[in-house]
Parts: sequence; C-alpha cells; structure tokens
Amino acid sequence: MNPAYSVILFTTASGAGYGLLVYLAVFVILGAILPTDLFGLYGLILALALVTTGLLSSTLHLGHPERSWRALSQWQTSWLSREGVLAVATYVPAGLWLLLALLAPGTWWIVSAFLALLTAIGALATVWSTGKIYQSLPTIRAWSQSVVPPVYVLLALATGGVLMTLLIKLNGGSGARTSIIAAILLLASAAAKWLYWRKIDNMPRTWTAGAATGLGSLGAVRPLDPPHTEPNFIMREMGYKIARRHAEKLRFLTLGAGLLAPAALLALAGSVPGAPGLLATVIAAFGVAVGVLTERWLFFAEAQHVVSLYYGAQQA
Amino acid sequence: MQQKRDEPGAASALQEPHIDLSRASADEVKTTTCYMCACRCGIKVHLKDGRVRYIEGNRDHPVNQGVICGKGAAGIMQHYAPSRLRTPLLRVGPRGSGEYKEIGWEEALGIATGWLSRIRATDPKRLAFFTGRDQSQSLTGWWAMQFGTPNFAAHGGFCSVNMAAAGLYTFGGSFWEFGEPDWEHAKYLMMFGVAEDHASNPIKIGLGKLKARGAKVVVVNPVRTGYGAIADEWVGIKPGTDGLFVGALIHELLRTQRIDLDYLVRYTNAPALVIENPGAANDGLLARNDQGAILVKDRNTGDLIDIDTPDLAPVLQGEVALPDGTRARPAFELMVRRFLGPEYAPEAVAARTAMSADQIRRLATELAEAAFDQAITVDQPWTDWHGRRHEKMVGRPVAFHAMRGISAHANGFQTCRMLHILQILLGAIETPGSFRIKPPYPKSIPPRIKPRGKPGDVKPATPLGGPQLGFPTGPDDLLIDDNGSPQRIDTAYSWDAPIAAHGLMHLVIANAANADPYPIDTLFMYMANMSWNSSMNVPAVIDHLTAKDEKTGEYKIPRIIYSDAYFSEMVPYADLILPDTTYLERYDCISLLDRPISDADGPADAIRHPVVKPDRDVRPFQDVLLDLGWRLALPALTNADGSRKFPGGYPDYIVNHERGPGVGPLAGWRGKDGESFGKGEPNPNQLDRYIANGGFHHHPLPDDQRYMKFANRGYMEWAHSKGFLESMDRLVMQLYCEPLQRFRLAANGHAAAKVPESHRERLSTYFDPIPFWYEPFEGQSVDTTKFPLHAITQRPMHMYHSWGSQNAWLRQITAANRLYVARQLAEKKGLADDDWVWLSSHLGRVRCQIKVMEGVNADTVWTWNAIGKRAGAWNLDPAAPEATRGFLLNHLISELLPEREGGFRFANADPVTGQAAWYDLRVSIEKAVNEPHVTSPRFEPLTPPSMSRGGR
Amino acid sequence: MTALPATTKKKLGLVIDLDTCVGCHACATSCKEWNTGGYSAPLTDEQPYGADPHGTWLNRVHSYEVGTGAQSRTVNFPRSCLHCETPACVTVCPTGASYKRAEDGIVLVNPDTCIGCKLCSWACPYGAREYDYKHGVMKKCTLCIDRIYNETLPEEDRQPACVRACPTGARHFGDLGDASSPVSKLVAERGGYDLLPEMNFKPTNKYLPPRPKRDETTAKPLSTPRETIPQHDGSPTERLFAWVDKVLSA
Ligand SMILES: Nc1nc2c(c(=O)[nH]1)N[C@H]1C(S)=C(S)[C@@H](COP(=O)(O)OP(=O)(O)OC[C@H]3O[C@@H](n4cnc5c(=O)[nH]c(N)nc54)[C@H](O)[C@@H]3O)O[C@H]1N2
Ligand SMILES: Nc1nc2c(c(=O)[nH]1)N[C@H]1C(S)=C(S)[C@@H](COP(=O)(O)OP(=O)(O)OC[C@H]3O[C@@H](n4cnc5c(=O)[nH]c(N)nc54)[C@H](O)[C@@H]3O)O[C@H]1N2
Ligand code: SF4
Ligand code: SF4
Ligand code: SF4
Ligand code: SF4
Ligand code: SF4
Ligand SMILES: [Mo]
Repeated sequence: MNPAYSVILFTTASGAGYGLLVYLAVFVILGAILPTDLFGLYGLILALALVTTGLLSSTLHLGHPERSWRALSQWQTSWLSREGVLAVATYVPAGLWLLLALLAPGTWWIVSAFLALLTAIGALATVWSTGKIYQSLPTIRAWSQSVVPPVYVLLALATGGVLMTLLIKLNGGSGARTSIIAAILLLASAAAKWLYWRKIDNMPRTWTAGAATGLGSLGAVRPLDPPHTEPNFIMREMGYKIARRHAEKLRFLTLGAGLLAPAALLALAGSVPGAPGLLATVIAAFGVAVGVLTERWLFFAEAQHVVSLYYGAQQA
Repeated sequence: MQQKRDEPGAASALQEPHIDLSRASADEVKTTTCYMCACRCGIKVHLKDGRVRYIEGNRDHPVNQGVICGKGAAGIMQHYAPSRLRTPLLRVGPRGSGEYKEIGWEEALGIATGWLSRIRATDPKRLAFFTGRDQSQSLTGWWAMQFGTPNFAAHGGFCSVNMAAAGLYTFGGSFWEFGEPDWEHAKYLMMFGVAEDHASNPIKIGLGKLKARGAKVVVVNPVRTGYGAIADEWVGIKPGTDGLFVGALIHELLRTQRIDLDYLVRYTNAPALVIENPGAANDGLLARNDQGAILVKDRNTGDLIDIDTPDLAPVLQGEVALPDGTRARPAFELMVRRFLGPEYAPEAVAARTAMSADQIRRLATELAEAAFDQAITVDQPWTDWHGRRHEKMVGRPVAFHAMRGISAHANGFQTCRMLHILQILLGAIETPGSFRIKPPYPKSIPPRIKPRGKPGDVKPATPLGGPQLGFPTGPDDLLIDDNGSPQRIDTAYSWDAPIAAHGLMHLVIANAANADPYPIDTLFMYMANMSWNSSMNVPAVIDHLTAKDEKTGEYKIPRIIYSDAYFSEMVPYADLILPDTTYLERYDCISLLDRPISDADGPADAIRHPVVKPDRDVRPFQDVLLDLGWRLALPALTNADGSRKFPGGYPDYIVNHERGPGVGPLAGWRGKDGESFGKGEPNPNQLDRYIANGGFHHHPLPDDQRYMKFANRGYMEWAHSKGFLESMDRLVMQLYCEPLQRFRLAANGHAAAKVPESHRERLSTYFDPIPFWYEPFEGQSVDTTKFPLHAITQRPMHMYHSWGSQNAWLRQITAANRLYVARQLAEKKGLADDDWVWLSSHLGRVRCQIKVMEGVNADTVWTWNAIGKRAGAWNLDPAAPEATRGFLLNHLISELLPEREGGFRFANADPVTGQAAWYDLRVSIEKAVNEPHVTSPRFEPLTPPSMSRGGR
Repeated sequence: MTALPATTKKKLGLVIDLDTCVGCHACATSCKEWNTGGYSAPLTDEQPYGADPHGTWLNRVHSYEVGTGAQSRTVNFPRSCLHCETPACVTVCPTGASYKRAEDGIVLVNPDTCIGCKLCSWACPYGAREYDYKHGVMKKCTLCIDRIYNETLPEEDRQPACVRACPTGARHFGDLGDASSPVSKLVAERGGYDLLPEMNFKPTNKYLPPRPKRDETTAKPLSTPRETIPQHDGSPTERLFAWVDKVLSA
C-alpha cells in the first residue's frame, strides 16, 4: 500500500495525543496533578492540539472535506465511521475538562476527574477503532491481524507516556514513575511489533494469481499485455512494493533506535534528576518520534493488497 | 468484519438515493459510417448539446451488425483531438522545421493551382499523386486520370497487393476485403497471419459464432495473441515459411488422395494442356485451338476439346501430342509432380517451419475430414454456367483466411497462390461452409483492366486514356520504354515489379529524390504518414524529403502538397498543407468502384455524411480535390462554359458523376425514381435515401446465387448486367498461372521487349506458373548467422496505425510498446522482463525494452505496430511515452536489398508484385548494459502549429 | 445504507467468456464512452496528451499467459466490478455513499455523498473501484444502470454498453439470481466460476473458463490415412494417378 504522509501523520500524532490524554486523566483521577497547577492545563492543550492536527490532516486529504460530517452516519457497519464518531465524542468531555481547567482551576475536582475518565475511555476507544479500520480489511493480510488494534493502542500509550515524562521533567518534576511506565510500554510495543512482524512474515500467502483469475488450474499466470501501460489509480494507491532488505533495515531502526533505546534512556532518566535527566528524555522522545513514524510508514509499505495479483504478483 | 458482511442488516430501497434511470442520452441520433479504421462499420452517433456524446454500432448494418470495436467507441476523442489541423498552412522555414504561415483557402488553392497547372501544361507525369488510408480511390484515381499523370497509386503496394494479386490471378477474388469465411456453415477454420485485417468486426463476430458452435479454429501465426489466444490450435510457424507448410499439406492431401477431383475438373484449368517445348517461344503456354480455346484431352475419345465443354471427362496425366506435333501435359500433372516431390514432404519441411511432421500430417487429415467426411449439402437448386441445373449445393465446410502474415513477405505472391491451390484441391472456394467471395467479385481472372502510362500515353494537358492501375497478362502490358526502363516514378509495371497491381508507394519518395527513373516537380499526398510508420528506413526517407540539389539549392523534391487531418509526422515535411475534416464532419463514399464493404451474400456500399459542423477552417479533401480540378480546367470537372461540373462539391459528384452509362459512385437507389440498383440514371434524392437507410445500401442476392458465384449462371448474368463482370465468359480457376509464364519466356528472349540482364534470372526463377516456396530475399542475402532472428509487427486491435496515439483513451491503453521475446531466447541471452536491448538489422539498430513471453516462435521477436511516435508529433507532450519508450521497427527495415553482384540493388519486395517485404526483417538482439532507459534512434522534436492542447 | 440488503430481488450481473474474448478493448472504451457522459460523469483523464496519461476507467482488459511451453496459452481477461453479494466495499463506507441496491443487487457509489476517503477501494479485492482525483469521489461499474432501465433507449439496447459493444459476443448480461435465465444456464453449462471465492465476497459476475485446446498436446495419434487403393505399389505419384483414373472412369 502507498504510504500516504497524511495518514502517517494523522495516526501517529493523534495516537500520541490520545495517549497523553490518558495519562493526564489518570494523573487527575489519582490526584497526582494538583487542581491548581497549570501543568495539567498545558498538557491538556498539547494533547488536544496533537489530536486535532491529526484529525484535520486526514480530513483535509479527503476528496470532499466539506462533506466529512457524513462520515459520522454509518457507525453500525463502518469502523471508519465509528472512529469519526468516537473522535468527535471524545472532544465533549475533553472540551469541558479543558474549560473547567481554564475558567475555574482547582474547583469541582470530582467533576474534572469524571470528565477525565470519560476522555480517557474515548481516547482509547478512538485509537482502538483506528486499528480496527485496518484490521477489518480482508483484502490486506498484513493488516487483518488481530494484533493490529492492540499495537495501535500500545504505541499511543507509549508515545503519550514519553510526552508525559517530558512534560513532567520540563515542569521540574522527576517523573520517575511515569518514565518507568513509559519505558515498559515502549518495551511492550516493541514486543507487540516484533510479534506482528513475525506474524506477517510467516502468514500463509494463500491467495494466488491463479485464484484471482480462476486460471490457476491451467498453470502459472503471468501478465502479458497490461490493461494500461501507465499506472492507474489502483497501482498508484495499492501497487507500492518495498524491497525486503530495505524493510529489514527499517524494522531494526524502529525497534532499536525507535523503541528499545528510548526505553532504556527513559528508565535511566527516571532516576536522574535535573538537566541530564531532561536531556536523556528529550533524546528518547526524538528516538520515539523517528520510531513511530518509520513504524507507521512500514505498516503501509509492507502491506500487500490482494489486487496486486492482477498486476503480476504471484501470491498475496 | 467477515461475519458482519454475512449477516446483512435490513436496508430498504427507501434509503437508496433517487437515480434518474431514464435520462435521454441524446437530443438527436444520427447514423453514419465509422472511419476509425478501414472496416467501415455502421455507427449511430448520439449528439447532446451539439457535441458528440456517444457512438454505438448500427444493428442494421451488414458489416458490424450492431457491435463496435475498441477504436470505434473511442471516436469521440479522435474527433475532439487537439492534434487536429485548424487551417491551411504554408511552410516558411526549412522542411521539417515546423515553421508555417497560416493562410486562407483561396491562397492555398491558388498556390496549388499555380504549381499544378504548370506541370499539366508541360509534362503531367511530373505530378506524383499518392494516397494512403484513402477511402475514395475511385475519386482520387479518376482525378489523376483527368490530370493525365500515370503516377497515381494508393497504399496497396506496401499493404497487401500480394494477397490481392494472387487471388485475382487465381480465382478472380481474394482474401483481404474481397471474401470471407462462411461463418454460418464452416466447421473448420484455418487462419494464416491475421492480427486484425480490415474486416475487424466481421472476423470477431464470425469467430464468436464458430466458438459458440464448437467449430475448430486453427491459427497459423508466429505469435499467439488476439485470435490466436482463442484458437483451438495455435501453430507457431517460423516467419516466411508458410509456403513450406501449405506445400506439405498439399503433399499430404495428394499422397492420401483426398482432393475434390470433380471440382478440379469442372471449375479449374487443371486439365488444360501445357505445352512442353523447351527453348521455344510457346514453352509452358497453354495449348489452344485456332479459335483460341484452351484445349484438354478427352479421356474417352482421346480428342483435344475446348476446356469449356460441358461434362468434361479429361485426362489429368500423361504426355499428349498436339496437332502440330509439339508435346503437352495436363497442368494437373505438373502441379502434382511439384507437390508430391520430396521437398514438400512433412519431414522435409518440419524443421524449417518449426512444426513436427506429425502435426502437419494430422492437420492435413483434419482438413480432409472436415472437407469430405463432414461435407454438407444445402438443398438449394442452382444453374451452372453451362446451363445445367443442380438440385443441391455441396459444401466443403473448411474455410481459410489469410492476411499480411502471408503477403508481407518477398515470397508472398507465390505462397498466397499456393494457399489458394490448397483451397481449390479441397473444393473449398465459394461452396457452403468454405471461403466465400464478396460481390462485385469474382471478376475475370485476372480482371480485364490494363495499366495506362506507356510511352505516348502521357501528353500535356490531356487526360490519361485509362486507369493507372491494372492487371498485366504479359510483357506487352508493362509500362516501359524500348530500353526497358520504367515509365512510372514508383517503377510499377516495370521489370522490377511486373504485376505491381497497386503501385509501389513505398518507393516514391526515394525515387523522386534520386530522379530515378526521372525527376518530378510536385509530390501530392493524401492520408499517408510517409515520413514515419508507413515508410521503410525512416531516417533515409527524412533525408530524401529534405535533400537539396547542391547547384540550385532547391529541394530535390521541389514541391510537396499534403492533406492530413491531424498533426502527423508527415505534416512538417510538406510545403503546402490542406487540412481535412474529421470523419464525422464530411461526406465520404464507400463505393463498389473502390474497396467494397459487401458481404458474400450481396454487394453493399455506404456513405458518410456530416453529423457535426467543423469548428475550424478545414475542408473535406474530396471537395478540395474537385475544386482544384475545376481550377485546373480538367475536362470531366468543367462544363463547356467553364463553370464547375459539380458546383455542389463532393455530394454533388457522388450523386451525379457517371463512370459508365448509368454507373456511378453509389449503386443503391439509382434512377429518377430511385428504384434501380447498380445501373440507372442519377437520382437527385439518392443521398437522402442512403441517410434514411442508415448510410448504407445492401443488395441481398437471391438464395440460388449466394454460392458458386464463379460458375453460377444466375449470378453471373446478374453481375454482368450490373457491370460487375466484364463478360459472360466462363471463369476458370487458374491452377496454372499462364501470365507468369509469359514473363518467364520474355526473360529467355521470347518477347518484343528486351529484359535487362540483371532481371533475367529473377524472372525465370520466380515467375513460376505453379507456385513454389523460396527463402525470402532478406534471409537469402544477409548473413543469417549474424542476424538469426525474425522480427515482425502486429496491429493492436485498439489502435489504427499512427493515428490512435492522438486519442486520449486509446493511448491510455497503449502509450509505449515492448519487444516481445521468446522465453527460450531470453534465457539464452540472459534477458529478463523490462530489460533494455539493442535490436540490430543490416540497416541499423533500435534500442527498446523487452517483455518475455511463451506464445511466440522461438526465433522470432515482435512488437505492436506504429505505437512509437516522434517527439512533438500528434500534439503530444514531447516527453510522452510514445516518444520515449515507444519505437518502430521501420528504422531497421531497408527499402532496398543488400547489394548483389553487379552492384544492382533490388527493392526489398516481392519480385512479382513489388509488395513491400516488411516481415522478412532479420535481426540480432543484445542487452543494452548501463544505457539510458529511453528508445533510440530519436529525431528532432517536432513543433506543432498553433493548436489548443487538451481538446476536451 | 452501508448495511447490505438482506436479499435482493434480482442478481443482475455479467458473464464473461474467457474462451471467446480476443482482448480487443471494445468493452473498455465503450464503457468509458458511455459512462463519461452517464451516471458517473465524467470519468476524468489525467494528462490525456501528456507524459503520464492515465484516468478513471470502470472496465480494464488484461492479457495473461498461463502455463509454460507447449501447454501454455494466452488468455484475455476483462475486469470490472463483480457486484458482489457481500462486498466489504459497501460495509466499510463511512458515509453510506457506497451501497448495494435491494432491487437488483447493483453496487453503486452515490457521487453526491461520497467524501473520497478511498477506503472502499482498499476493501475491494478486485480493483474494481477507481478514484476520480479531479472530482474527489470514487467511481465504479454501474452495470450501466442508466441504460438497462432507460426508457428513452430502444428495448434491445437496454443492456450494458460493454455487452452491447463486444464484437465476439463474449459478454453476457442478465439475472444470475434466476436459475432459469439464459446467463444462469450458460454458467451451469460452461462451469462459470467466481474470482477469489475464498475472499467470501460472493461475486455475482461469473467467468466462463477457456475450453480445452484441441492441438498437439491433446491430439490422439493419427489414424493411418485411408487410401482408396492400398494394394497399389509404386510412388505416391503413380498411386495418385491410378486413383484419379479409377475415379474419373467410374
Ligand atoms: N486495429 C487495427 N486494424 C487494422 C489496422 C490497424 O492499424 N489497426 N490496419 C489495417 C491495415 S492497413 C491492414 S493492411 C490490415 C492488416 O491486417 P493484418 O494482416 O491482420 O495485420 P498485421 O498486423 O500485418 O498482421 C500480420 C499477422 O501475421 C503474423 N505474421 C507475420 N509473419 C508471418 C508469417 O510469416 N506467417 C504467418 N502465418 N503469420 C505471420 C503477425 O504475427 C500478425 O499476427 O489491418 C487493417 N486493420
Ligand atoms: N513496421 C511496419 N510498418 C508498416 C506496416 C507494418 O505492418 N509494419 N504496415 C504497413 C501498411 S499495411 C500500411 S497500410 C501502412 C499504413 O500507414 P499509413 O498509410 O501512413 O497509415 P496511418 O499511419 O494511419 O497514416 C494515415 C495518415 O492519414 C491521416 N489521417 C487520418 N484521418 C484522416 C482524414 O480523415 N483525412 C486526412 N486527410 N488524413 C487523415 C493520419 O493523421 C495519418 O497521418 O503502414 C505500413 N507500415
Ligand atoms: S472496426 Fe473500424 S470501422 Fe468498425 S467500428 Fe471499429 S474502428 Fe470503426
Ligand atoms: S469486447 Fe469482448 S472480446 Fe473485446 S475485450 Fe471486451 S470482452 Fe473481450
Ligand atoms: S467487485 Fe469490488 S467493488 Fe464491486 S462489489 Fe465486489 S467488492 Fe465491491
Ligand atoms: S470513497 Fe466514497 S464510497 Fe468509498 S468509502 Fe469513502 S465515502 Fe464511501
Ligand atoms: S456494465 Fe457498464 S459500467 Fe459496467 S463495465 Fe460494462 S459498460 Fe462499464
Ligand atoms: Mo495496410
């Protein structure tokens, strides 16, 4: 599948945003954030900013953004619709929560805690449904894996965790516990991702050009003359193919520089107060950013669509 | 999700958006004739808001019966193509520079008149008028006749004249557009070298019928695509060797005694006695009595009797003594001795044809079984030429069809003759289930028209006494002077190409530039992309077009007038450009005097008429030609008082021009009342009648005249009354082709005209009255160890020559072409899909990209024809794939054969007809390592005249 | 709307005969021609005269080679929407623009509500949906819905443009839900099949397989050619003339 940058940006940015929302919510509920300190407010603004850029970037890449509201209508069947509904729905508690934090900081703690809880649930559900959009496509094996939605959630929480640690450190806190949690989630993501790659490497590619054309019984099917000598929409959108070796390298980059190294750094940073700790966290954050972007790029680039069978692929 | 989809929710139609299911597709539907190719199907053009909205096939039309092809359905994009010329142009820069001045029609016609009147007043043959995809040859030829030049021909010489001539000299018809398989009854079809043919839709409709009926289809073709893909059996023959294969089939039929003797005796010259008098002037001619009747020997009385005697019982073998003592033998025996010879045994030909002897034997057996064991009889009484009534029509349900895979070789004429002899031996011409002839054919064998243009025929300011093109039956008919040199600029009807029945358009530019046989003043061309895909050796042709005389500094071809409708590669090389309309904007006449659209059940002709108005300053070429003719005061175009004979232009001519008494361009609805067919005085409402009938007229033959036309008295009398048949003389199929022998005798000094030394051996070898196979010349003359491969092209079904690439839809299907290479060859050469290679011939080399395939003869490479374009042509982006990844084989095909001893260079053509031998090309292939991934050679990009890009 | 109708009154679709298709592209250009002015008008062309010409088509004709060596064959293969019974292209659509008609099972896109998210094209295994970049909506085979019910067209022309055009008669249109319809009979007779059945989209369109070849690979050994007078010895030529004499003097 063609790795479109809008989608990569959307899913990673909003993922991190939703992740961050979850942490903030938990902190509020646990009372770890004093209702009076501004830190929570800035966190909330940052999280919503990320989520919103993500949503906007994807909406603007629609053929008809002005009609995007229609996407809320088919939640009974369409995960894309569900994602839209949940995303919008999540704005409601999150918005009120923000309002409260802005207008009456420190009051009605129980209310903000309740709103935060709803926000967290909405956030997780949205990210989950993003994963489901892909997992529910029967035409792309690499996506219709049960681990896909969990991976999306884990990566959202991990990236959110990194951001949270960063915020705490910037705010002068030690973030010891948070950074450890983030590190653990990064490790978990790495594990899940590794599992995912093992799965797609070993999945049986039982769809064949023979079955796609129904001519398999007569022998191997190879294209002679194409229906069009220049690529059409199908080939531009779904014809993208990445070289095995190239993919390997990027996988290592994602796992090593993107997830494991940052995890280690964060684990350290947690116990290192002050500037050095902050620095380590910043570096870790960069690593993670590179990591998830590559991960998301690979998620598309490595996914083969069954339609490729009509254009020369032997198996899918 | 899977499950979700399986348990569908309750959606009711109510939720579905409303759709207007009955939106009218058109304000108006007009019926005319397609011209996206020369098949000329009937089309219904849907017009909406004054624009063409949709084009579909006309169900009532005899040619396409409602269907339409890939090209025809893309006609809209042709009609609105941004490559359309918009106004007359006068070249101001050097030829090829593309620097023009836009001029008006008055100026354009004035210039042309000036140039041409001077020529006509002095020496009319200094005008060479040649036309390509011309669909109005009866007009253009007639015009040239009025002008008085012998130098006229259409594209047939590089197209398929081998096919036409071989047929017309054998049975008075031909494959090509002149006949068709009996799609209704055939049980077995063998197709040789057909990719598309002109009968594009009819063949597809027919194949559909055969497939549905389970008839066996055998495709003989080095490449397995298109029709080959759906064939029951594909024979991947080696190019140029069909004569060996067909010869072996004949060998087997004779060996197993599976031939239609009755048919041979009744309808052919098999029993005719061939004089055996070595060294004498009558050697090899047919024995005749004093009345000139051809003689056969009666097996009962032993008398020598007229071959036209009814219920003939002739001897078919054995020496016969003629009254004057000379000896003779039945033609049949000579034919049998040739084909039962060891050189035509399946074993002998297997290796060269890339077939197995068993396969050849089996195919011969299958042909015989279909013809004889599955013979059909139609309960249809008919009367033969002798007046004998027959209760039934006996059918040999095995049909053959062939096209350029046979004819585009230097052995095409003889190979095609051999194929016809195979048909005749099976009794499979014009019988139910076999190959059928389309009226106005069959004609006399050959048609009784002789070419004009002998010394003395061409006089200043005088029309030529007759048509330029005809059918010589001996050296006396050639157009040569006393020292044997050609009289036509293309050397047609000279010793180079004695039976050049369609002229040799492919030699005109070179000959004109070399003033060989003589210089010309003006080259006038119509509808032929001669600086590109229709020429051999394109670089040389471009040189010829731009070559200048050192002394005078004038172009060697001083003036070039060209009519095109689009910005083709040829346009920049013309001095004066006359922009034509598109096929939806003009009248055209598809005449029985020209290339018919008849089917075997009856003659048909058709018109085009304007369904939309031109939005540019263009004029129908035929109108322009008639106007020019009047300005030149050509007799047949000018009234006594000097006024125009056809003030109404081409439609006026179509209706009122009479070629002979009562015979005009259109055969339908003639006579004042419009009630007569074929002959009758002009009918002022004729065009309305055609338009009302969908643009065509089809005259169905009565059932008793639909078969055996060549011997069917009913049909022949009717055809004669309509002027289709020159006489009521019996039509005798020519197993033995006597006219060829006359040229042979000339080569041995038995003719008034002297044959140049250089040509003697050639004539006596290749003008064999009984067909034989010989290695095509390119294969004979180049080092085949250096050029071991054959290279050929195929027509893509969705493209018409060069002009499909300007079509926004068709070019999306094919914007670049590959060289197709057999897997075995690719493995040997270490080649894989998408590799770039150098393809080399004795003439030059071309860089192109390959595709590996299974279904191609192992020693053959091929590509799609005319996809490659010159950068900038057709108003395409100079970076268009057609110009960067598209290529032509034409750059590799030489118009001349490599030099022979004595320094004489023959044309790369058939020695009998002069047909261009496109498919004799021999090549070698090498991987192009780390070279740019772009085709080569590439020529200077062309700059279109002011045109709007993106026509839609 | 993206919920699929429980059942459809008819199952209109195409039957394509791969044994007869010569790959002429008439169905492809006729489709383009009709539909660029029809229900899904226009079908945009990008760079129609440029260096990268491509555009929106609802029907594409592939050509394949199958097998190797003497056993190999060439098969032309037209490809358009199969109007599946349980297509994910419909259920994934977030707007309801993509839907399956309860009336006849035709799968359509509503150009007025499609937001151009392309998800349906991802969900189609058959590459039958092509996005119109210029108009930002998805396009696909409409089964010529504006022809088959069109009262302004003559009765016999109320069939898809591609079927109407096909010169070889390799395309058939009808109700595959009705076992007695000509198309259903044809499918039964010729062993018509589904593409990628394991995807479980239940295509309505069926393909008729190429018939077995009748060539060297399948031919039975040649029965020795019958000769009218086997006893006669001597060269084939002499034998032939002996036979000729016999026949003519008979
Ligand atoms: N779509 C379309 N239709 C056309 C045209 C077009 O450009 N496009 N052009 C029209 C014109 S002008 C013409 S003349 C006709 C030509 O009609 P065709 O003769 O059908 O066209 P070609 O492409 O020359 O096909 C030649 C075929 O012969 C095969 N062949 C080559 N060499 C040999 C050989 O030695 N033996 C055998 N058995 N086969 C061989 C080639 O593989 C090819 O399939 O088509 C007409 N119709
Ligand atoms: N390598 C190779 N070369 C070949 C062949 C081959 O098989 N292989 N085939 C040969 C054969 S058989 C033929 S017939 C030739 C065909 O070659 P051409 O006769 O050159 O045919 P086209 O390329 O179609 O060129 C016809 C010209 O007519 C113009 N034209 C189109 N419509 C109209 C119109 O309505 N009015 C006017 N005035 N002009 C119009 C087009 O723009 C184009 O410039 O190619 C020959 N060349
Ligand atoms: S075969 Fe030729 S004439 Fe007939 S529809 Fe196609 S392009 Fe037009
Ligand atoms: S029109 Fe018919 S024959 Fe031509 S490609 Fe389409 S299905 Fe095949
Ligand atoms: S073929 Fe594709 S687009 Fe058509 S219904 Fe089936 S899944 Fe949907
Ligand atoms: S592209 Fe249009 S039809 Fe397809 S899923 Fe999106 S909204 Fe639905
Ligand atoms: S049914 Fe209509 S829309 Fe569908 S492929 Fe055929 S022509 Fe195109
Ligand atoms: Mo031709």
